[in-house]
Amino acid sequence: MRRSLWQRLDALARHLTPFGLTVVLVLLGQVPFHLPGFAQVAPMLPLIAIYHWTVYRPELMPAVAVFLVGLLQDALSGLPFGVNTLVYLIAYGVVLTQRSFLVGKSFPIVWFGFALVGAAATLVAWGLVSAISATVVEGRAGFFQYLVTLGGFPLVSWLFARWQHSILKAE
Amino acid sequence: MKDNPRPFSHIAAPIKSAAQRFAYVGLIVAAFGLMMVGKADVVLMERFRTQISDAFAPILDILSRPAATAADAVRQVKELASLREENARLREENTRLLQWQSAARKLDAENEALRGLLNVVPDAEVSYITARVVADSGGAFARSLLLAAGQRDGVRRGQAVITGGGLVGRIADVGNRSARMLLITDLNSRIPVVIESTRIRAIMAGNNTDRPHLIHLPPGAEVTPGDRVVTSGHGGAFPPGLGVGVVAAVSEAGIAVRPFVETDELEYGRIVDYGLRGILQSDIMSHENQP
Repeated sequence: MRRSLWQRLDALARHLTPFGLTVVLVLLGQVPFHLPGFAQVAPMLPLIAIYHWTVYRPELMPAVAVFLVGLLQDALSGLPFGVNTLVYLIAYGVVLTQRSFLVGKSFPIVWFGFALVGAAATLVAWGLVSAISATVVEGRAGFFQYLVTLGGFPLVSWLFARWQHSILKAE
Repeated sequence: MKDNPRPFSHIAAPIKSAAQRFAYVGLIVAAFGLMMVGKADVVLMERFRTQISDAFAPILDILSRPAATAADAVRQVKELASLREENARLREENTRLLQWQSAARKLDAENEALRGLLNVVPDAEVSYITARVVADSGGAFARSLLLAAGQRDGVRRGQAVITGGGLVGRIADVGNRSARMLLITDLNSRIPVVIESTRIRAIMAGNNTDRPHLIHLPPGAEVTPGDRVVTSGHGGAFPPGLGVGVVAAVSEAGIAVRPFVETDELEYGRIVDYGLRGILQSDIMSHENQP
C-alpha cells in the first residue's frame, strides 16, 4: 500500500524528533541555574541522548546528526571546536559496534554500557582539552560531571523510551 | 529496520553500509580538522562561534528566564528567613559606611585640590553596559558565560566585566547581539593585577578551579594571605583598581586567590567601557590586517 504525502510527511517529522530532542538537550544544558558549583558538573545530556538513540533507533541518529550536535555543543560551551564533536562521534561509533550486544538487554546492562561509554567520553574530552591547551587540565570537575551524568541517565532514558513508544511507534 | 520488499536490497545494503562507514570516518577527520583550524586560525573560528551564539541567543534568553525567576524566588525566601539578622547587620554596616563616606569626601576634596596643583591628566571616562547572563555552559573544562548584549550595544572585545563585588571576567568574543565572557577562573584567563597594599605586580592566571593563581611575581616579592588583589591596568585592557579578590593561601604550589564574585550566582554582568583599546584589541587588529 502506498502511503499518502501527508503520511510520509508525518513519518518524516516523527523521525526527526530524536535529533530535535538532542538539540533541545544541548540548549537546556546551557541554561544558567544559578546553583553554586552546578555549571561545572551539569550532566552531559547530549551524550545520554546520543547513546540512547544509537542503541534503540540508530537509523534515526545518523553520524551527521551526531556531528552537528557536537558542533553546536562546542560553539555554545566555549570549548575549542572539535572537542565535543569528536567525543560524541567516538561514543557513537563505539555504541554502534556494541549495539547487537546491548539491544534487548535489561536496563541495568544498558546503564552499565553507558557508564563505560561515559567514562571513555569524559577521558577523551579531558585528554583533548589538555592537549589543545598544552597543560594538564584540572580533572576533578570532569569526574563529578561524569557521576552526575550517570545519575541522570535513567530519567532521561526513561523519558526517551516514553517518547519512543508514543510518538515513534505510531507509524 | 523497515523491511524492504525490493529485490535488489541485498545488493544495496552492503553498499549503503560502506557509504555510512566512509561518512563516519570522514566526519571524524572533519572534527580533527576543526581542531586544527581552531588552533591555526583563531579569528575565523571565533567568528563562526559568534554566528552560532548569535543565532541561538534569543532562544537561550527565553530558556534562561524561568531559571532566573526560580533562583530569585529561592533567594527571596532565604532572605525572608534572615530578615531580622540582616537588618541588624545592615544597620551596623550603615553606621560604619557613613564614617567611611565622610572620610572619602574629605579625601576626594583633598585629591581634587592636589590634582589641580599638579595638572594631572584625568582618567578616561568610564561607562557601563549591563547585560543578562543567558548561558552558563563551559561544563567541566571551560569557564565562560554568554551575555545577551553584543556589538550593537557597544560591547567590544577585551572589555572587563564586573558586578557590584568586583571583576568577573573579560569579553572574549562579540557577536551582533551576544558576547562570550571568559571568567577569571578559566584556564585561558590572564589578568594583570597588583597587590593593593604593596603594589607588587603579578599576573592572575585561571586554572579551571575556583582559586586562580598569581604568577610572574618579581623575585623576592612577599605576599601574605588576606592581601587584596586589584587590576593593575597594565596593557590597557582594564581600568586600574577594580577589585579582583583576596589572597587565600600562599604555599609551595603557588599563591591562590579567592575571587570576590561567585560566578554561579551571576545574573547580570556590567561590561566596563573604559574607552581604551588595549593589547587585546591591537592583538585582534593585527590578526585582521593579515593578508
